[in-house]
Amino acid sequence: MSDFTATDTPHEASMGDYFALMKPRVMSLVVFTALVGLLVAPVPVHPFIGFVGILCIAVGAGASGALNMWWDADIDARMKRTVGRPIPSGRVQPGEALAIGLALSGFSVVLLALATNFFAAFLLAFTIFFYAVIYSMWLKRATPQNIVIGGAAGAFPPMVGWAVATGGASIESVLMFALIFMWTPPHFWALALFVKSDYGNAGVPMLTETHGRDATRNHILIYTLLLVPVAIGLGFTSIGGPLYLAVALVMNAWFLKGAYDIWRRDDAACEADKHRTEIKVFKVSLYYLFAHFGALLAQAALRQYGLGGW
Amino acid sequence: MAIRVEHEVHERRKGRNYGVGLLLIGFIAIVFGLTVVKILQLGEAGEFERFDHVARPQLIPEEGASE
Repeated sequence: MSDFTATDTPHEASMGDYFALMKPRVMSLVVFTALVGLLVAPVPVHPFIGFVGILCIAVGAGASGALNMWWDADIDARMKRTVGRPIPSGRVQPGEALAIGLALSGFSVVLLALATNFFAAFLLAFTIFFYAVIYSMWLKRATPQNIVIGGAAGAFPPMVGWAVATGGASIESVLMFALIFMWTPPHFWALALFVKSDYGNAGVPMLTETHGRDATRNHILIYTLLLVPVAIGLGFTSIGGPLYLAVALVMNAWFLKGAYDIWRRDDAACEADKHRTEIKVFKVSLYYLFAHFGALLAQAALRQYGLGGW
Repeated sequence: MAIRVEHEVHERRKGRNYGVGLLLIGFIAIVFGLTVVKILQLGEAGEFERFDHVARPQLIPEEGASE
């Protein structure tokens, strides 16, 4: 006989449900960009310390994802894309998500400080704060520019990776931040143009719904134009080189052409070919980011053999 | 009388319990690994003997000692 009782819920939360709270797909992008930031830095890092640093950044990003799911559970329950998430589907209790988010935030920041340096830990703490508080709590429901400013949260990881190695920030790490920061709006707005969203039902202002689709097309072109000098400029810093510059020139020309193609179209053209151009540009935007960070990594690898670099 | 107290919750939460166990083992491995790496990075054995916070006369070079 035991007086142990457990709440009877239709779905018992498994480790997988708790893992899903941490938004693993977002985490994979965070790991990739943070790893590039760490590897291209001029200071060598012991492989095990580098591994722990990246793990802390990934766990910190996951923790902010759990906090976001806790705060946004009401919105998630009203949208088809997110209704299956652990909290709205009832598999995880909101209090559990909050506890996991807070505990993992603390763990990742303290461990990063002990394993690497305080500056990297401070940047990670600020990233978590930015995503969970500034983006999720303040901006998301208040302004259609939410993803522009909120994109900063996704842009910090390479800066944290760089800080793990160097203990500071520099023009190179700021430009890696700026590259993701400026890339996020055209990437998401291209998606918003072809995905039938229910953000309106959930009370989240999205540019396509508050200012219309034409205004969104203008925004995509403007932000892509602003992105180009950042991406090319990175090529002239100490982590750039001929290979990066060649990749950047090709990818920027491709992305800019896509943004221009979107800008020239109207809703009738979109309906006629079922958003073919918008879908294509969204895919190009994914290759764009991967190619830039991949080229930075390749450039760093070549430099070790005395090839490439300025 | 059975020594073990069985409850259906033990079976139901087996996966979660193993998961938490693995996470704890992973955490211990990370702290242990960090300790080894950080100490080895100090290089000289004498460098980390000083972390004992205990007076170690053998660390002080003897005056006029010849090699």
